[in-house]
Amino acid sequence: MFHRESGYFKTTYAADGGLYPLPIAKWTVLCLLTLFVALPVLTTSLLGAGSAEYYVSIVNLILIAVVGALGLNILVGYTGQISIGHAGFMSVGAYTAANLAVKFDLPFWLTLPAGGLMAAAIGIIVGIPSLRIKGLYLAIATLAAQLIIEWIINHTPAISGGSQASIEVARPTVFGYPLKTQRELYYFLLFFAVLAIVGTLNLVRSRIGRAFVAIRDQDIAAEIIGINIFRYKLTAFAISSFYAGVTGVLYTYYLGIANYENFLITTSIDYLAMIIIGGLGSVLGSILGAVFVTLLPIVIRLTMENFGTLLFTTAELNNIIPAMRLGIFGLLIIVFLVLEPEGLNRLWRNIRNYFRVWPFSY
Amino acid sequence: MDWQFTFLLIGNGVLIGLMYSLIALGFVIVYKATDAINFAQGEFVMLAALLSAAMIVLMELPFWIGVIVAVIGMVSFSFGLERVVLRPLLGRPIVAVIMATIGLAAILRGLGPMIFGAETRSISLPVGDEPIYLGPFILQPVQVTGALVALFFLGGFTWFFLKSRMGVAMRAVADNQQVAQAMGINVERYFALAWAMAGIVSALGGVVWGAMLGVDVHVALIGLKVFPVVILGGLDSIVGAVVGGLIVGIVENLAAGYLDPLVGGGTKDFAPYVLMIIALMVRPYGIFGKRKIERV
Repeated sequence: MFHRESGYFKTTYAADGGLYPLPIAKWTVLCLLTLFVALPVLTTSLLGAGSAEYYVSIVNLILIAVVGALGLNILVGYTGQISIGHAGFMSVGAYTAANLAVKFDLPFWLTLPAGGLMAAAIGIIVGIPSLRIKGLYLAIATLAAQLIIEWIINHTPAISGGSQASIEVARPTVFGYPLKTQRELYYFLLFFAVLAIVGTLNLVRSRIGRAFVAIRDQDIAAEIIGINIFRYKLTAFAISSFYAGVTGVLYTYYLGIANYENFLITTSIDYLAMIIIGGLGSVLGSILGAVFVTLLPIVIRLTMENFGTLLFTTAELNNIIPAMRLGIFGLLIIVFLVLEPEGLNRLWRNIRNYFRVWPFSY
Repeated sequence: MDWQFTFLLIGNGVLIGLMYSLIALGFVIVYKATDAINFAQGEFVMLAALLSAAMIVLMELPFWIGVIVAVIGMVSFSFGLERVVLRPLLGRPIVAVIMATIGLAAILRGLGPMIFGAETRSISLPVGDEPIYLGPFILQPVQVTGALVALFFLGGFTWFFLKSRMGVAMRAVADNQQVAQAMGINVERYFALAWAMAGIVSALGGVVWGAMLGVDVHVALIGLKVFPVVILGGLDSIVGAVVGGLIVGIVENLAAGYLDPLVGGGTKDFAPYVLMIIALMVRPYGIFGKRKIERV
């Protein structure tokens, strides 16, 4: 059953680059999709409504993170431009949508793309220096962008909505039906996560995606073979920040509040960690990374709450858990960079290849 | 225009700026010798401050012993770091090195307070608290000491790189690793040496900044000030670190003095980054930086 490629021969480039390389892939995708659509119903019947609500809320966080990680991976993994300002773009999206939703009473299907587009516009401005500078300098420029965006939002009451720099937003309404519970929000978020995944898959195998990879691998050579580097770098920034903006809007609708504290520089680093742990330049890697990084603090908290009491008091635990989260996080980033630079995606491929040729070694 | 006020701001800016250059120096040395980027510079300073505070406040040892422990601790820490984390990353894309130091920063920020405790401790330099009046300037002794330490190191490292045998070897390593190796220079040893030197600078930076701000996790925020300083001055220039530090120090003080009343505070943290973005657009390699020319 592992020899699923046998017997299928590709004779055209179109077949080689297809979204479903094998017929079985269609069935896999269909099965996964059914599973995901049925997830809230399944968990409710298995665990009861209360705990289903909690588990689905975790999945919701993962779905939001998937969108952001995909966006960052387009920029960092595929185009080779570093950005430490991803959370800044998210906050641009979040506050744009929140302001539009509260002040003009617009529905989510207008505020969501508006947030994305606004973030894309800011992303293009931040991306402009990328023609002259790269590597470290670009990283620092995006870091500056993040800090400047944070400061502007915090110091402009017209954007941030006065005290606490937060704006409350009503939950999204679909066809006049407001989404209130986590299980209803789940479908809302799932829709956009799937959209982002399919969009990225199609983007990276298109002309634009190939240009991105060429710029990442050898920018000067790419320019010589006729790729307009400046235009494609800015496109990468625009697309990536569009995703980031949408992520910010999704967070806003999910939490019911736009607050800049959700988009500080640590969030940028969380997302960088997602794509590094997951695997740079891979769609599956972004998803795996988003799952991993979102689950990690939850797992740490659960472990510490259950076993930490043996060593520490409860008051100490409250200080230790965030510190441990940060420490383990940094450690994982370094371990993956040093030992497995291609991330979880590569580990998954290794496992798959092992079973594909099993019981032989090659 | 109130000149007394302006002079006061500039005088403070100069002193703070020199203290920034002390931190920036650690960054510049590492970059100059190894082409590696240390995004954890601020966390290095924090670690040194925590170490010295643990010695001086918790164990009640004399001030100088605390400083020596901080220096030794930081040197061995950076040695180990170079060996365990950065050496395997040699020759890998720049994203990898940047991310590794960001990861390191996260570890230090997480573990630092876990080991040394989260409360703010104060260490005091043995220089007294009486402000020094010098014409129109009023100077804080802590800042003066910090600036003097910075000047001493800046002079020392300039001499080291220009005149001493090791410094010349290190410049050769920075310029072209393969040629340096061919000429019989042990490149790896100089990488370790560069990190050790950065460790010494961060240790003293940690003690001075810790004495000024009080020792807790927030000391690490100085790391964010390093980037405007080195970008303005040029990433691989010691003189650049001084000039960048002075510019950032003076600009942020003037901004805090004159713009804060207009916009309601916070320009101090904001102005250096605006300045830096402008610098990146106009002159990306800084005032004294070496322009890299790429050939196909």
